[in-house]
Amino acid sequence: MANKFFVSPSPHIHGEQTTQKIMADVIIALLPALCVSIAVYGWGVALLTAIAVASCVLFEYLIQKFVIKGPLTVCNLSAALTGLLLAFNLPLGLPWWIVVIGSFVAIAVGKMTFGGLGKNPFNPALVGRVFLLIAYPAQMTSFPAPKFEGFVDSFSGATALSAAKGGMVDFGAIDMFGMFNGAMAGSVGEIATLALLLGFGYLLWRKVITWHIPVAVLGTMAVFAAIYGAFSFDTPHLVLNFSAFHLLAGGAVLGAVYMATDYATSPMTTRGMVIYGIGIGAITMCIRLWGSYPEGMSFAILIMNSVVPLINKYVKPKRFGVKK
Amino acid sequence: MNVLLFTVLTLCVLGVLAAVVLYFVAQKFKVEEDPRIDEVEKMLPCANCGGCGFAGCRSMAEALVKKDDISALYCPAAGAEVMKCIADFLGKAAPVKEARVATVRCGGTCEKRPRTNSFDGAKSCAVAASLYAGETGCSYGCLGYGDCVTACKFDAIHINPETGLAEVDAEKCTSCGACVTACPKGIIELRKKWPKQRAIFVSCVSKDKGAVVMKACKAGCIGCGKCAKVCEFGAITVENNVAYIDSDKCRLCRKCVNECPTGSITMIGLAPLPKEPKVAPAPKAEAPKVEVTPTAKAESVENEKK
Amino acid sequence: MKTFPIGGIHPSDNKQWSKGSAIEVMALPDVVTIPLGQHIGAPAVAKVAKGDKVLTGQLIGEAASFMSANIHSPISGTVTAVDMQPNGQGLRQMMITIKREGDEWMESIDRSEELVKECSLEPQEIIERIKAAGIVGMGGATFPTHVKLSVPPGKKAEVLIINGVECEPYLTSDYRTMLEYGERMVVGVKILKRALGVEKAYIGVENNKPDAIAHLKELVADEQGIEVVALKTQYPQGGEKQLIAAVTGREVPPPPGLPIDVGAVVCNASTTVAVYDAVQKNKPLIERVVTVTGKQVASPKNMLTRMGTPITALVEVAGGLPEGDVKVLNGGPMMGRAMVNLASPVTKGCSGITILSGAEASRSAASACIKCAKCVSVCPMALEPYYLSKLSRKGAWDVVEAHNITDCIECGSCQYTCPASLPLLDYIRLGKQTVMGRIRARAAAKK
Repeated sequence: MANKFFVSPSPHIHGEQTTQKIMADVIIALLPALCVSIAVYGWGVALLTAIAVASCVLFEYLIQKFVIKGPLTVCNLSAALTGLLLAFNLPLGLPWWIVVIGSFVAIAVGKMTFGGLGKNPFNPALVGRVFLLIAYPAQMTSFPAPKFEGFVDSFSGATALSAAKGGMVDFGAIDMFGMFNGAMAGSVGEIATLALLLGFGYLLWRKVITWHIPVAVLGTMAVFAAIYGAFSFDTPHLVLNFSAFHLLAGGAVLGAVYMATDYATSPMTTRGMVIYGIGIGAITMCIRLWGSYPEGMSFAILIMNSVVPLINKYVKPKRFGVKK
Repeated sequence: MNVLLFTVLTLCVLGVLAAVVLYFVAQKFKVEEDPRIDEVEKMLPCANCGGCGFAGCRSMAEALVKKDDISALYCPAAGAEVMKCIADFLGKAAPVKEARVATVRCGGTCEKRPRTNSFDGAKSCAVAASLYAGETGCSYGCLGYGDCVTACKFDAIHINPETGLAEVDAEKCTSCGACVTACPKGIIELRKKWPKQRAIFVSCVSKDKGAVVMKACKAGCIGCGKCAKVCEFGAITVENNVAYIDSDKCRLCRKCVNECPTGSITMIGLAPLPKEPKVAPAPKAEAPKVEVTPTAKAESVENEKK
Repeated sequence: MKTFPIGGIHPSDNKQWSKGSAIEVMALPDVVTIPLGQHIGAPAVAKVAKGDKVLTGQLIGEAASFMSANIHSPISGTVTAVDMQPNGQGLRQMMITIKREGDEWMESIDRSEELVKECSLEPQEIIERIKAAGIVGMGGATFPTHVKLSVPPGKKAEVLIINGVECEPYLTSDYRTMLEYGERMVVGVKILKRALGVEKAYIGVENNKPDAIAHLKELVADEQGIEVVALKTQYPQGGEKQLIAAVTGREVPPPPGLPIDVGAVVCNASTTVAVYDAVQKNKPLIERVVTVTGKQVASPKNMLTRMGTPITALVEVAGGLPEGDVKVLNGGPMMGRAMVNLASPVTKGCSGITILSGAEASRSAASACIKCAKCVSVCPMALEPYYLSKLSRKGAWDVVEAHNITDCIECGSCQYTCPASLPLLDYIRLGKQTVMGRIRARAAAKK
């Protein structure tokens, strides 16, 4: 018999999705935002992103090859994705060596020390970002003004959120449409809300993520902001604007859609995801409104990351056939 | 200054309070335990292999300390010497057990037992065994995915990539029996441990009929019974088309090895008997010259002992 | 569109290759081997010995207990051996080998084509006939049908569900059976309703078989209390618990809960035809429709095959095995069992032979779990496959038992969907088997 017989337990067929395809999908989903950012800030964005991606991939390769001496898995694109997300969380004009240090912390400390992909308790890109934010606060918070013709100059040199924190924002006269399309200062990837939402749509369509976490995060933030606003403003218009402002500013969408949904650091069950999302939204708003940092998304996600094992332990799917 | 004083005082008061609370709690929940348990536990290998039948070394130590008669308790991993130490320490009679070693009873190497299909599932003997016969024509032989290797806490069993079979490192083996339980095919047996790792055993457990065995594997036992006839000590039995050598009765005389038509009786650490044993008495004077190899020497000593 | 409440996947159904070919009658084999254990429960006890002459339809193996089934000779001839033979998985099993001499049937069997619609037997008599005919679930689970129909005291059957879902990709035997033997099936449904004393019967069919739905709807138009239910094409729609939930909205309680606990009895479409044959024609279960299919198969077919026919014969008729790497499955690609011995026979639970070749045949290498939670979201039993698999691999039997591993229906959705290609179900199945063994041991110890 010329045939070679294969034997295995069932099932014998496999779906289309692979780790690599999923990572590629997330990268594709981030591309529109990258394009907008290049349009707003110029080619420096592309250079920053390239440095971050290349150094992340390189560090992962080197660690796997010489430290762990395990299988090489850089081809699964997860390191590239970490690099991209890290770049999205950095301001343009950051010295290249700070970017490389950030990449090193993200990959080496944030990911590989825990055993690599899938075993890291904290989102690696955020570990890198928060490390830089604490280590290089000056560089990390100076944002160049966008090369945008009709740019609202009131925020220049600072993000919208830090401006709001300083009480310099007139919520009645905010250019919501401009913010939605990227006309504000901020990290490379957080400014183009529309493009990020486009990517969200793509991820939903490709079934890479479910809607639960992003909607829970943004919904909580909106409700939280609206309640806070109701106590501080007189007109419903201002309350609405305040609420919308918080959704658009400070990388809320980037965090909710791309950072909070990181597989390894988010809960496994739908109910768990909702709890986790609400937690992120609430903590973010607490930091933004009462904390010393103008922006709270990164910290909120990292804090909730640490609660995920607990959520996974106690929030179980409803058993089939058991009435409650 | 006041602030400093106040801080120091507060902390001191807190510390004292906590100490008092802790003291009473510790008194309240104190567990009276024989300090010898700790000592005995330290003497045990602390590998928690389960070879003694207890969940771990701690429970074994407890049992050793609490029971008056410890003859039924034996740690195979520690061995006779350590057991004697423990028994002396506790002032009890030392349990005695003959040394044993895990033995893999399958000789179906890749060469002798050609593969007929390729297993593609999870690399686990238990998974493969619950699914089907295996990658070869023999449904009794070693699968080679290494469940025994995973089970072994002493790094004493490994899959030889050349033969595809599990191999025991007798030096490291503590006869805890973890591999015996792990093997879904029941191939591994704890057999009497002879000095210098010597062993004679039937390296096949196939219950298939001779013709089926021969088709699947060149090293299989066909259950012909020739070995049983030649054995002077009644150590060999043939049941379900497979011969079995009782390691407690076997005296390593090696007669059966020459009789086996398929070579499924494996001999370790022993020189084969000459094919015609009848000429043996003649070269008596030359005997010392023959004994150049250390194994042969040891053998003769062994024979004299008998 | 009705469907089950949690999880599920959408594999491409790949039924196109064999769904168009009408059922052909397979040539009678010269030699058949009949395993005595073709069903869940105790194997049957051989009633013949070497040298005995048997007729087609003659009882050759008798049910060993209540949870067992009779076995009949599928051909007439001489018994040449009653011994251990390797089955499809190469494991030895007690089988009866019969050499064919012509095809002489038992006189008691009505072989006419005429449709007998009326049935006035008492429920107990119907169940007796089904038991005598050795009918078991023909969808693959091979649960003895008479056991299913014998409702335990204190329980009451309220609804009968005929499983014509055939959610397993590739297979089309139930589909062809419903199309071509629909009339017999509908009579079978009425007989089963009578046996159970239920008012309402549903025939569940996935909506990727619109012609079968239309055909059955036409047939049951005049019948009282039989309804054809179109179900969403989603795997595992044909799982017993999933089907009950989809059709009635009731969830069968976890093990040891049974469908009868929610008043439902589920019976496969092909089994229903066999029930008709047994009750109305006195014909035991000696033949069934088997699909032989696959992308590389020259002429995929649906064949009415006598039990005990070697699988090689079926494969030959369909054009032989393709060259190179192959994986031959007894059943479909989601739940079928891979075979190594194609000389093994067709049995009562063999609904199809799926031949995967080339790249389809081998699994891709597993990588690290990325905690994507896709296995959790597709599990139709709301389990956490990643967790159960990991802990089963480590042998943490107590923990997996506490996490309801015995709920698993082994549908394979988790492994199908895993982006890391982890062998999730391989280890979960091992864990489930071990835990079930431990539960049985505990129960035995209590007694």
